[in-house]
Amino acid sequence: MAQDVIISARDVVVGFGDRLIINGLDLDVYRGEVLGVVGGSGTGKSVLTRCIIGLVPKRAGKIHVFGQDLDEADDDGHRAIERRWGVLFQHGALFSSLTVKQNIQVPLREYLKLSEPLMDEIARLKIAMVGLRPDAADKYPSELSGGMIKRAALARALALDPEIVFLDEPTSGLDPIGAGEFDTLIRTLRDTLGLTVYMVTHDLDSLARICDRIAALAEGKVIATGTMADMVRHPHPWLRSYFGGERARSAGIKG
Amino acid sequence: MVSSRVEGSRLTVALAGVWNSETAGAIEAKVRSLVAEGGTPGAVTLDFSQVTRLDTLGGALVRAIEEGFSSRGVPVERTGLAGAAQTIYAEVAEGLAEPAPPRPAPKPGYVQALDKVGEQMLDAKGDLVALVAFFGQVVLAAGSIFTGKGRFRLAAVVTQLDRVAFRAVPIMFLITFVIGAIIAQQGIFFFRAFGADTYVVDLVAILTLREIGVLIVSIMVAGRTGSAFTAELGSMKMREEIDALSVMGLNPVEVLVLPRLIALVVGLPLLTIIGDLSALAGGAVVAQIYGNIPIDIFLQRIQEEVAHRHVWVGLAKAPFMALIIGLVACVEGLRVQGSAESLGMQTTASVVKAIFMVIVVDALFAVFFASLGY
Repeated sequence: MAQDVIISARDVVVGFGDRLIINGLDLDVYRGEVLGVVGGSGTGKSVLTRCIIGLVPKRAGKIHVFGQDLDEADDDGHRAIERRWGVLFQHGALFSSLTVKQNIQVPLREYLKLSEPLMDEIARLKIAMVGLRPDAADKYPSELSGGMIKRAALARALALDPEIVFLDEPTSGLDPIGAGEFDTLIRTLRDTLGLTVYMVTHDLDSLARICDRIAALAEGKVIATGTMADMVRHPHPWLRSYFGGERARSAGIKG
Repeated sequence: MVSSRVEGSRLTVALAGVWNSETAGAIEAKVRSLVAEGGTPGAVTLDFSQVTRLDTLGGALVRAIEEGFSSRGVPVERTGLAGAAQTIYAEVAEGLAEPAPPRPAPKPGYVQALDKVGEQMLDAKGDLVALVAFFGQVVLAAGSIFTGKGRFRLAAVVTQLDRVAFRAVPIMFLITFVIGAIIAQQGIFFFRAFGADTYVVDLVAILTLREIGVLIVSIMVAGRTGSAFTAELGSMKMREEIDALSVMGLNPVEVLVLPRLIALVVGLPLLTIIGDLSALAGGAVVAQIYGNIPIDIFLQRIQEEVAHRHVWVGLAKAPFMALIIGLVACVEGLRVQGSAESLGMQTTASVVKAIFMVIVVDALFAVFFASLGY
């Protein structure tokens, strides 16, 4: 795999009030990989994700996405970057007053000038790609199951064919079979579309099955990055208990 | 981007350059005209060899060319497809393989108009049935308190009374004061022409005590409290809190609706008394300034000329208004579906229906008391 850095974070500091959540964090994400971000509750996994996509301001440090500094980009620059990434929020964040088809077409309408028939075709294609049935197109989010909402939200995140997708706990709230199917879907889409996937997760199965690399967060920093084998061998106590525990063994991770 | 050449009966479509979300908008028009003007050649070849980038949006466009010709029975071949573009195009072709589900033809305009009228009539009937059914549930819940099966929730009633009545006092005072002042001012200008200035006292007192006091207070309460009830119950419904109550064996009507209704039925007459008094005060101030009627004359004339029954007529209507506002607000709140839009719609519906019904019921009372000669 070419080591082409697509996201780089250097010395990032994020805090609320007098509490620093992230303190001097460095992280690189390479093009075409599936990176799993893990960490205990409150170690700032979600805060880091929201910081990279610009929802939470940082106090210090530099973040480059596609080689561009987000702080130096003007409004047009930001829009240009934002259309090259897609975000799947933890609870889907589908617009509840729009159908699935309309949800997928929101970014298309916003950024592109396309005819209605073509937008319908693209929505149909995205719905098929994420494994939803064609009749889901005209349903409202409240009529969908949890797994279908995640798939529909992924379809919306993929609407503009982004280069990076951010997934915030994509398999949380899904049953093990649904979670496994979702993992396979992400891997397939990565392989066919050449996506870079940045995934915050707690799911050891997902980590073991689809992540090329894992970054572990603790004490406001990335304490380790590497493959599953590197994680298992790492001496840090949190990593030892996380990857060496009962649940890890049942996920097929050998200590 | 896209060009075509004819070789015998074969049409070769050469695709070139970047076919992705950035360029899709510009390419689409060319693709449409190519498909429209391409006619029915013997065969079509799609040449991908000059394509430098292809994503699924570009793929969908290529697929539109393919669809356009193959739907006319023209065989389509692809050449020069390799690498990432091949993977993506295979994904696109697979995703769009199943034909789009047929769309129902739109109905003619007059049928749609009739449809809408019919739906509205059925909705109106549904509203009425729901309101009556809900009133039945409320009566049952109230009955269960008297039979000892249910519990009277004093704390909840007092909390609601504080929100419904006590905190509404300043705004009610202000509004009715101004209304009383306006009536007095118009009355003075009118009665002065006849030299009957003091009749303005009768006008202000009878009009506000019988009609305007209770009406203004009810409309304010419908807007202020009815909307709050609908939004509260609606968001509880959205977050399944109402279902949570039910499965714990609690009756949501008894726990949530009854305290609110009781608070309204007690609170609205109290607010009406305050409204009546402040409207009279507003009238008295204006009578003093514009009409030179001193306060003591104003009060004396009320005592002499305005019968007690006018006060009772106004106050008697207040609990009925409270019941209507509370029932409509709670019914609409419990009808909220999953979406944020639905919450907004039901809140609007609650206020509009409550105000409409308050005014209609006031008119019915007017007819009723007139035929009693009261």
